[in-house]
Amino acid sequence: MAAYTIVIEDTGESYRCVEYRSVLEGMEALGKKGIPVGCRQGGCGVCKVRVTAGSYTKRVMSREHVSAEEEAAGCVLSCRIKPITDLRLAVIGPMRKNVCWMAEPAGVSSVLST
Amino acid sequence: MAMTGVLRPGHAQIRVLDLEESVAWYTNVMGLVPMGRDVQGRAYFKTRQERDHHSIILRQADRAGMDFFGFKVLDNATLNHLEKKLVAHGVRTERIPAGDLLETGERVRFNLPTGHAIELYAEKKDVGNGMGYVNPDVDVLEGKGIAPTRMDHCLIYGPDIDANRELFEKVLDFTLVERVKLEDGTTDLATWLTCSAKAHDIAMVRHNEPDKMHHVSFRLDTWEQVLRAADIMSKNRTSIDFGPTRHGITQGTTIYFFDPSGNRLETFCGGYDHYPDMHPITWTWDEVGAGIYYHARKLNDTFLTVVT
Repeated sequence: MAAYTIVIEDTGESYRCVEYRSVLEGMEALGKKGIPVGCRQGGCGVCKVRVTAGSYTKRVMSREHVSAEEEAAGCVLSCRIKPITDLRLAVIGPMRKNVCWMAEPAGVSSVLST
Repeated sequence: MAMTGVLRPGHAQIRVLDLEESVAWYTNVMGLVPMGRDVQGRAYFKTRQERDHHSIILRQADRAGMDFFGFKVLDNATLNHLEKKLVAHGVRTERIPAGDLLETGERVRFNLPTGHAIELYAEKKDVGNGMGYVNPDVDVLEGKGIAPTRMDHCLIYGPDIDANRELFEKVLDFTLVERVKLEDGTTDLATWLTCSAKAHDIAMVRHNEPDKMHHVSFRLDTWEQVLRAADIMSKNRTSIDFGPTRHGITQGTTIYFFDPSGNRLETFCGGYDHYPDMHPITWTWDEVGAGIYYHARKLNDTFLTVVT
């Protein structure tokens, strides 16, 4: 069973990911952090990363969060890629949505703002 | 209590990224009954105990989420009456012809202020639950999958949930069961509404993006079956979001989990009965954690952020 080293450039965190797990699930399985975890099924978009080095296989992911151009350029949902070499990646807009909803309604501070 | 208007949630059409993978998962892991496909390629399902032809429709798409959520109403006179009330409320309605959904009559579709497509319909073929209508046996829970008793409710996310509540209360005669207030003590962060005597038939959370789905929920009969569902999920490597645990709000036991396209689903049990004369329950902003997850008493990262 092959395993590969994944490096998250933002934090310098690295972990070993077995070939049968997605890059995201490999991180979770060892209690590591750095990539936001959402649905783990390619639908919600919160675990989006840019792969800067290495190769991977991928599965279908939501076009709402990853365009065909982005996908071709290595911007992918980390829950939908499995490593076939060591990988280096950068997290894109982690939990961007986490703060957006606080703007609604205008003038009202949110539950989570403090 | 006489139910003469909107009866219950009747169907949800869910977008999936890989139809065949999803059909296998909804059949083998959820334990729903496949009910055929239509000319558009949509796949239909019901729970074993539901009597109407289907409650879940899967549509292949390039993004996850929910296309529409439908409520069954008493009869066609009620459907016509409710459409008139919607129009009088300033809502634009659309008639979807009978047969567009398999074994289903004409539907009245409209958009909520939060952007979600909602449908009302009166007719869907009664295919029965396999036990018959004379001297029925008990449907012993056996066979593959979680096998919930029914598709029960949904939780939607969008901006103007106040206008949503007004529409559901004034036009469709829903009642408010529970709510969570923001720090100002006035603005609702979330509301739970029922058209029947359930703890909720639809719920909504204030969110900056319109037309988002948080989850579609399926009912189980016992807490033991909620634990059994969790075992089936883990055995099948289903992505679990949170639980098994209990909600403070509605007091139901719960698991949040994701289908193979990242659409959140829930299996739940319990909750209390709510009648229209009962006072709604309010949760304050500082106790929202216990309201959502009663044992952890805090929100997780995904509750307010991960939607499709």
